[in-house]
Amino acid sequence: MSDVPILLEMRSITKEFPGVKALSDVNLVVRAGEIHAICGENGAGKSTLMKVLSGVYPYGSYDGQIVYQGAEARYSDIRASENAGIVIIHQELALIPGMSIAENIFLGNEPRKRGAIDWKAANRMALDLMARVGLEEDPDTLVKDIGVGKQQLVEIAKAFAKDVKLLILDEPTAALNEADSRHLLDLLRGFRSRGITSIMISHKLNEIEAIADQITILRDGRTVETLDVKADGVDEDRIVRGMVGRELSSRFPDHTPKIGDVFFEVRNWNVRHPISAERQVCKNESFVVRRGEIVGFAGLMGAGRTELAMSVFGRSYGVYESGTIIKDGKEIVLKSVADAIDNGLAYVSEDRKALGLNLLDDIKTSTVAAKLAKISHHGVLNEVEEYQAAEAYRKELRTKAPTVDESVSKLSGGNQQKVVLAKWMFTDPDLLILDEPTRGIDVGAKYEIYGIIQRLADQGKGVIVISSELPELIGLCDRIYTVFEGAITGEIARADADPETLMKQMTSTKKLATR
Amino acid sequence: MSRIKDLQKNLFGGTTSNARQFGMIFTLVAIVLIFQIWTDGLTLRSDNLIALFQQNSYILILAIGMLMVIVAGHIDLSVGSVAAFTGILVAKSMTEWDLPWPAAIVFGLAIGAVIGAWQGFWVAYIGVPAFIVTLAGMLLFRGGNQFIGNAQSIPVPEGFREIGSGFLPEFGPNTGYNNATLLLGLAAAVAVVWRELQARKTRRAMDADPAPMWISILRMAVMVGAIAFAALRFASGRVGTSFPISGIILVALVIAYSFYTRNTAGGRHIYAVGGNSRAAELSGVKLRRVNFLVMMNMSVLAALAGMIFVARSQASGPQDGNGWELDAIAAVFIGGAAVAGGIGTISGSIVGGLVMAVLNNGLQLQGVGTDKVQIIKGLVLLLAVALDVYNKSQGRFSIIGSLMRPFRREDSTPPASPPDAEREPAKAAVSG
Repeated sequence: MSDVPILLEMRSITKEFPGVKALSDVNLVVRAGEIHAICGENGAGKSTLMKVLSGVYPYGSYDGQIVYQGAEARYSDIRASENAGIVIIHQELALIPGMSIAENIFLGNEPRKRGAIDWKAANRMALDLMARVGLEEDPDTLVKDIGVGKQQLVEIAKAFAKDVKLLILDEPTAALNEADSRHLLDLLRGFRSRGITSIMISHKLNEIEAIADQITILRDGRTVETLDVKADGVDEDRIVRGMVGRELSSRFPDHTPKIGDVFFEVRNWNVRHPISAERQVCKNESFVVRRGEIVGFAGLMGAGRTELAMSVFGRSYGVYESGTIIKDGKEIVLKSVADAIDNGLAYVSEDRKALGLNLLDDIKTSTVAAKLAKISHHGVLNEVEEYQAAEAYRKELRTKAPTVDESVSKLSGGNQQKVVLAKWMFTDPDLLILDEPTRGIDVGAKYEIYGIIQRLADQGKGVIVISSELPELIGLCDRIYTVFEGAITGEIARADADPETLMKQMTSTKKLATR
Repeated sequence: MSRIKDLQKNLFGGTTSNARQFGMIFTLVAIVLIFQIWTDGLTLRSDNLIALFQQNSYILILAIGMLMVIVAGHIDLSVGSVAAFTGILVAKSMTEWDLPWPAAIVFGLAIGAVIGAWQGFWVAYIGVPAFIVTLAGMLLFRGGNQFIGNAQSIPVPEGFREIGSGFLPEFGPNTGYNNATLLLGLAAAVAVVWRELQARKTRRAMDADPAPMWISILRMAVMVGAIAFAALRFASGRVGTSFPISGIILVALVIAYSFYTRNTAGGRHIYAVGGNSRAAELSGVKLRRVNFLVMMNMSVLAALAGMIFVARSQASGPQDGNGWELDAIAAVFIGGAAVAGGIGTISGSIVGGLVMAVLNNGLQLQGVGTDKVQIIKGLVLLLAVALDVYNKSQGRFSIIGSLMRPFRREDSTPPASPPDAEREPAKAAVSG
């Protein structure tokens, strides 16, 4: 590819924050019309590098040189880089939910006629842009009424409205289901054929392998290498090796399950949607969990896995209709989260920041939050016991933080997840339900989380793992249920689990094709 | 006296708004000193200190409840009206229905509880924003006060006036001071020393080195000195005056509510709800109950504040409690609470309230008119919060907080962390 002109070159970029060198001597060469992936673990410097490029960190606040389209670029802010055709689409979408698609696309960039916004032209242009990204919706539809996948497309259309030359996508598929992810990747391929250059940051190595032309790997703020996917015959293992700096012989710790008897059972579980009562989100679902067993729940996004888990966990979702929960041979009725906790259930939610943690808290407050009674005597909290409990979990789970007085908002995703796990381990549960326990967590931390899950199972607890990543379920679980549209459609033993079988069960009717 | 205990709490509290509160204490001390000089020593004279406490105790009592409301993520605009409504009913109960005054106080608190349950019901169980519910309550109960009292003042009997304008009794040998106040000061000094020693013990139990002994001694000396100064001032006023009863009620409430918010599960739940209500709910916190109780508690305290005010002014009138909600809310925000909820302390709010009170008092002593006093108070509120917002956006804690960093480090010596050797080197590369 060396004959293709270079679009962007970042030369020995160094960026320091007080006390931390976030980037040192990073080099990045992006050629026109390619898809360039940037890989690295959390904290490797990917986002910082993109912030330098887009002017979030203005010229002068970093060392090194950016050459874009053959000239040195000195961006003072995001507007400057956007005017040059560099647009970043962040992981957290910057759309306004209560505005229409067209309004969002032209926000801050509205077509005007005599000072007033020309909505006719805006809608016409919006339709044109939406066609380019393959989004079939009425431009007047509110953004909050379309799915995450389509919202992502609105963001991209917004980028096109600014005449983009270099599109940067930060974890574009993190929140998307398989079908939407595939659509997005196809779209990127389409852009490539039309000569638009993309930079993509992603943790999903299979996607990178499938789509990228070049891969630059960062580790600890330095460039490790740049790989040519075709010429170097790059595969996932090769990328992981570059990212971690060592062979990761297995992505899952070795584990011999010690499975006991069935101790937890849900029978004929029916739940209705909290707002539209005619929608049934759990349709007569039944499942069992054995002691020491890791049970997976596979399903596409929106299949109703989270809804099932949360409704079992003290009816924290939806309107309960019918169904029984049997634990240790006795029927239990869990009408509130407090009931569920008292009966030995724990639920680690899929959205750490929104549902799992109070980001104002420090580690020790978070650790004991779900069972304050355990550190209370006659209703008075004991600070020393709180500290000791939090410290014990910090050591056991290897949470990387100087002390348990550290605010959880300052921790990385993997370490935040460890705090959430500690919080639920502290409640002494018999059954842990883990909803997407490794979302947004890098490879090394994932391995540690898997180890924790296996240890919990070995202690005789039952563990339910809900995940959208099939390799994760296959590698970790002793048994997997598949869920489709609010119903359990299959039960697959570890020996028989492979992606094709699971996928077939997860999509058991034709309806899915239109999703 | 409470401010000294608060100073101490602020020094050792474990919340993130610490630095801000720290700054507020220094601001308070600075304002007191400035006015002390400007008014030729009038500010710290016994009679003025006593008047300052009597005039502001009800606002500070409101600030206690308001802090909890704001931490939980709500607001209460109705407190002034609730106070007035309770005041008129209590006054009427004594003058027209001949209720003995102790029973009238219980009656007043019950009115507060009923009103609080009414407002809490709408906020917690129906989900109407507290802003709307209490805006409605503000109109409702102001109107109620004037409807019941025919927009007239109703006087209250002698015994009842004690809670607003009474003082500690005189007894014992003639020392030239009020003995009860001296004893109270002594108790406070002992409590301060005991707390400091207790804090050292706790830190040792957390595997952390406590601050060097001389720092603890210095700290205790400063506190005890301040307590002694205050006790002597309050005890040496005109014969018959001493530490006011309303001040004692306030101090007792501050101690009780500080303990509740810091050291009990119920208190933690309020912070959890304000910090992230969904996460709190999924951790087993009963969201509705917390919201209900917080709103209800506020109205009970508003009823108490209303009664103290009526007792002090010897009659309940149609304009009682006008604008109190704003004073209480200002005290809470100046004291470091976050508008979005989840952050703030009782002691901070009290300090915030005292800053406003001293400012008010000092300017009035200098003959500055209420028009200008209001302008100054408005600017102080805006600047105090703006400074904090600005510093947060700059990634700094706060200017005053950073000045205090040497102190803070002393206070937050990190517990001995495990040697890195026990972590796998490979894992150490997995950073965040």
